[in-house]
Amino acid sequence: MSAREEILRRIRGATRDIKVKDPVADVAVDWVYGQPTPLDDVVDTFIENIEDYKARITRSEASSTGQAIVDALDELGATTVLVPDGIDAGWVAALEAGGKTIVRDTALSHYELSDTDAVLTGARVAAADSGTICLDHDDTQGRRALTLVPDRHVCVVREDQVVSDIPEALIRLKPAVEARRPITWISGGSATSDIELDRVEGVHGPRQLFVVLEA
Amino acid sequence: MTIDQSRSTRREVDRNRLTPAPPTESYLGMPAFPKGVKSELGNQQLRRNLRHATTTIRGKRAMRQAEVHNWQEMRTAAEQIKNRVGRHLDHYLIQAEEKMTAAGITVHWARDAEEANRIVVDITKSKNTDEVVKIKSMATQETDLNEALEEAGIAAWETDLAELIVQMGHDKPSHILVPAIHRNRSEVREIFLDEMGNWGAPAPADISDDPPELANAARLHLREKFLRAEVGISGGNFIVADTGSLVIVESEGNGRMCLTLPETLISVVGIEKLVPTFDDLEVFLRLLPRSSTGERMNPYTSIWTGVTEGDGPQDLHVVLLDNGRTKVLEDPVGREALRCIRCSACMNVCPVYERVGGHAYGSVYPGPIGSILTPQLRGVSSPIDQSLPFASSLCGACDEVCPVKIPISDILVHMRHKVVEYKKGKRPIPTGERVLFKGLGWMMAKGNRLAGAQTFTKTAGKLFKRKQYIGPIPIPGYAANWTNARDIPMPPAQTFRDWWAEREDTK
Repeated sequence: MSAREEILRRIRGATRDIKVKDPVADVAVDWVYGQPTPLDDVVDTFIENIEDYKARITRSEASSTGQAIVDALDELGATTVLVPDGIDAGWVAALEAGGKTIVRDTALSHYELSDTDAVLTGARVAAADSGTICLDHDDTQGRRALTLVPDRHVCVVREDQVVSDIPEALIRLKPAVEARRPITWISGGSATSDIELDRVEGVHGPRQLFVVLEA
Repeated sequence: MTIDQSRSTRREVDRNRLTPAPPTESYLGMPAFPKGVKSELGNQQLRRNLRHATTTIRGKRAMRQAEVHNWQEMRTAAEQIKNRVGRHLDHYLIQAEEKMTAAGITVHWARDAEEANRIVVDITKSKNTDEVVKIKSMATQETDLNEALEEAGIAAWETDLAELIVQMGHDKPSHILVPAIHRNRSEVREIFLDEMGNWGAPAPADISDDPPELANAARLHLREKFLRAEVGISGGNFIVADTGSLVIVESEGNGRMCLTLPETLISVVGIEKLVPTFDDLEVFLRLLPRSSTGERMNPYTSIWTGVTEGDGPQDLHVVLLDNGRTKVLEDPVGREALRCIRCSACMNVCPVYERVGGHAYGSVYPGPIGSILTPQLRGVSSPIDQSLPFASSLCGACDEVCPVKIPISDILVHMRHKVVEYKKGKRPIPTGERVLFKGLGWMMAKGNRLAGAQTFTKTAGKLFKRKQYIGPIPIPGYAANWTNARDIPMPPAQTFRDWWAEREDTK
């Protein structure tokens, strides 16, 4: 008997006492999915929670986002910037005008990614109540390694992408899962509490996260 | 195992080994809990470390729970969703297997630890590599995968900071979330200085015991391993049955490194880790971080649904692990423990855990959840497993915080019963304890018998009217074991029955 058959046989033996075979009919779930979380102000809550994670956040008008990105990179001390293919051409022009070196993802090796100062991406959706930015790695965000290996991450989130909480965010992430695209949630920069439960910001992922919130 | 062991064994590097040697003692060979805790209770440093850590995390968890307006409703939903999965595990496993396979994942099934390890070793060997990077995983600790890989000539590098401290310290984890909770910063500094250079990039010679500096040493040490690794090994927090997605929550980014950079990723996941639908994640991904680290959300969550061309590992494997879980499922009371999402809230609030730490529990799962899960996974034939259900004062703090509402104290009592039944089966001649409890049971079964017994306690109460407590009894045995450690109030001179009768009379 294969391990698969054996385990399934064990499970069926172990659950002999359960007579209703339809899982949904057997156990009701009293939960309404996809509900917003009541918040006084969604955008303000998002900003507060991002700051609570010791990440930085700045607001910009759509017309000034390019400059806000350049300012963020200056503040982070980054010169070389990894730019996914789907990034707004206007932002790229602003980066060039701001004296940044654009690096395109031409199947870069891990080592080349590690040598790049920063990465610039968009986002899919953000959840205010937990300060979570969700990436679905479309062409404004690039493959997963881009937002992982470089030490600084500048992420542009539009205000209309900010929802109250995770349930609403999951609704907007559904198409990506159905398309079998990977998803990454980022809540502040990388951190650890492994030594005496003291929170330390910045371990293996980008040690600095800078959010540009576009109106 | 004493905690200080590894520090005193400033050992020569064993050149026959690829990774730091763990302690030689096996979990099952460990003494029963009351014996095992003796050295821990005598270790001041350990108790200070634990008190500090558990107090901090308890406060954070309580604060984060209070922020959520529908926390209790969410717990109930989590309980129901996990019950739905557990009661129909075959259905959801088949669905998950189908979805994962369609997404390009190779699905394996493992009856036990040995089979799971063999599968992982075989895949790794076929990749012609002699090392793997690992994400912190309870399942692979359960199977002792690192040692199986070591024997096969493959070095397994732990990449979670706490796991790194444990591995470099030739130590065992003592907590499921912060495995090095028993170490303080200066101990970590010493371990890093002594060991890192033996296994890769050394710690900076002038490193202080400041946690950011220690974290940076880990970053430098591990980065070269991440960038060159060809095989990553992970567990999994959830498998979503209706999409075939895997979910891993973490903090440091070591997880993302392991599951993004290598060409091959092998995930060993317990069969109970399923949730039915992608939507169900809205419940669990809010309960889990608030319950475990006391954060609104953990820094990183990765969700992947099979192979994505040009992004991440191109060869994905999932090993579905039984290793005793179907035995747990057999028991309609005990099976509720399978809802566990490994948040560790129960150990952080446990007064017993806070004092003794995780090592004395003799398993990778310490604390209240370990006390109900381990003896179910392994059975109750060894002294350590027989003692675990008794390693509790039944205060019930764990029941209150469990995000999936596992009735831990009820299961503890249930498991105590199972242990007694097991021992009865093995020893037909009753022990003194059994005779005593039999007698107590008889006495308490009928009101008039209890009233009879109370005439005795009443007399004792009258005789020693001026004494408030029964002090230590100088006769060795069960009674002395109790009285030597506890202040037992003297029986009252008037019983409740008498008081009630008097009250009725004067009406």
